[in-house]
Amino acid sequence: MRVARYLALSVAAVLFLIPFYLVLRNGLASEQEITSPTWTFWPSEIRWENFAELFANPAVPLVRSLINSLLVAVLQTVGQLVLCGLAGYGLARIPYRYANVVLYLVIATLMIPAAVTFVPTFVVVSTLGWISDLRGLVIPGLFSGFTTFLFRQYFLNFPKEIEEAARMDGLGHWGTYWRVVVPNSKGFFAALGVIAFITSWNQFLWPLVIAQDQDSWTVQVALSTFLTAQSIEVEQLFLAAAVSITPLVIVFVALQRFLVRGVTETGIKG
Amino acid sequence: MKHSRAFWLFVGPFAVGLLVFVYVPIGWSLLLSFFDARNTVTPTEFVGLGNYADMLTDGPFLQSLGTFSVFAAFIVPLTFVLALALALLVNQISFMQAFFRSVFFLPTACSYVVASLVWKLSIFNGVRFGLANTVLGWFGAEPVAWTVSTSPPWYWLVLVTLRLWLQLGFYMILFIAGLQRIPQHLYEAAWIDGASRGWQTLRYITLPQLRTTSVAVLLLLLVAAYQAFDEFYNVLGTDRGYPPFARPPLIYLYYTALGSGGQDFGHGSAGAMILTLLIAGVTLVQGKVITR
Repeated sequence: MRVARYLALSVAAVLFLIPFYLVLRNGLASEQEITSPTWTFWPSEIRWENFAELFANPAVPLVRSLINSLLVAVLQTVGQLVLCGLAGYGLARIPYRYANVVLYLVIATLMIPAAVTFVPTFVVVSTLGWISDLRGLVIPGLFSGFTTFLFRQYFLNFPKEIEEAARMDGLGHWGTYWRVVVPNSKGFFAALGVIAFITSWNQFLWPLVIAQDQDSWTVQVALSTFLTAQSIEVEQLFLAAAVSITPLVIVFVALQRFLVRGVTETGIKG
Repeated sequence: MKHSRAFWLFVGPFAVGLLVFVYVPIGWSLLLSFFDARNTVTPTEFVGLGNYADMLTDGPFLQSLGTFSVFAAFIVPLTFVLALALALLVNQISFMQAFFRSVFFLPTACSYVVASLVWKLSIFNGVRFGLANTVLGWFGAEPVAWTVSTSPPWYWLVLVTLRLWLQLGFYMILFIAGLQRIPQHLYEAAWIDGASRGWQTLRYITLPQLRTTSVAVLLLLLVAAYQAFDEFYNVLGTDRGYPPFARPPLIYLYYTALGSGGQDFGHGSAGAMILTLLIAGVTLVQGKVITR
């Protein structure tokens, strides 16, 4: 029974790792070897020069698109944590006559996934003149009702005694939040932050709609353009894919603890 | 008074953004959906419910809902069963547990675009050197044109396996979290009563205890399948455009509202409104089931 379990898990693990193996194999081989009718399991000679050729290829704005992706992901992660964290705390802890009205407006958006309303959002963003613009890529994704709702639920369960101690020391809501509540909630912020970063880095539909000029492409849009048009060498395409997932694999390995918590928080409560 | 200042200091920035980037767009689109609006985002000619009538009688939109249903009919049960199976297996072992969990979870770090690239150009490449065709070749079979063949529609195999690989780990983590919340004493009591460790405890303890998790997973899977776009666009799209088949709702909306053949925001908005109502209806019903 135990042997069967490990056998099943090992077979599954091999299947799960095949795509990563293929990205590396194809990214480091020559085009002849990739398209050869006999399968080679590993390039007979690893072509490190593929890196130089990829980054020197003037038709592939890879560096620019990686910078764009990094900017968008960092700004969206920080922006979401700040805006939604503040709003979640206000909704959980500051008594106000119309707080419930705002809360219902937030909850109503939980039923509607943002992707389904990409046409309406595009209409507004194009009116603002934010097409092919960093603002258009970043700002509409900051106001997640879901993240705000999760923060509110979390702060509702935050130990009141800690906040009361801060009050005794003469801190107002603002001081209590930044100097006591946030430092004591690092794990929760990290969990939602990792999810936000990965989601932002990997998102595709919205950047495809907004980033129409090549200069504003994110790395996903760049990869997709070369994939659908098949306009660059296949080994460069796979190497670019490898480069695009490297930052995320690092985030994944370093912060998996928070990622697991983030998935559990966002999944079950959703 | 003091409270209202503090409240808006905390909630104000978010609330303004929510209005401008969620409520205003939906309101504007609702308005546009009653008008003709081609290549412009300002309403031109009032057409009443004409756009809605077009969408609901026009074949392609209804077909896109059919495509979603086919996709969901495969991907939802398959992901559910396989994620649960992986969670049970990983949860039962101790040696190398973290390793296996990480391996199954790792694809979460990948984008649909990268997965599409691997699936389209390497695993299910239609020529002889594709991995699937190489394996078929070992058994003497002819290569299959996986992504362009419509009879049989092999592209479903490509799209379903791709999404399985990407999302299984995520749902496995949810099931593991659910499994770890089951009180151990339930199992001990069952063993004392003579229940077998395998099927009986699974059927009478594990599955009933996982009810909340299961409902949440089903809802998440359904909503995710409803929004399918990335892998369809990247696997099936070419520089000559997108094939006339296998267009789920968001693909259809994308080509209606933003396609190269002219931007039609009247019909695009009407479609977005219909899709929003449908998904809101589903989540409301599901929410009732969960809270009951």
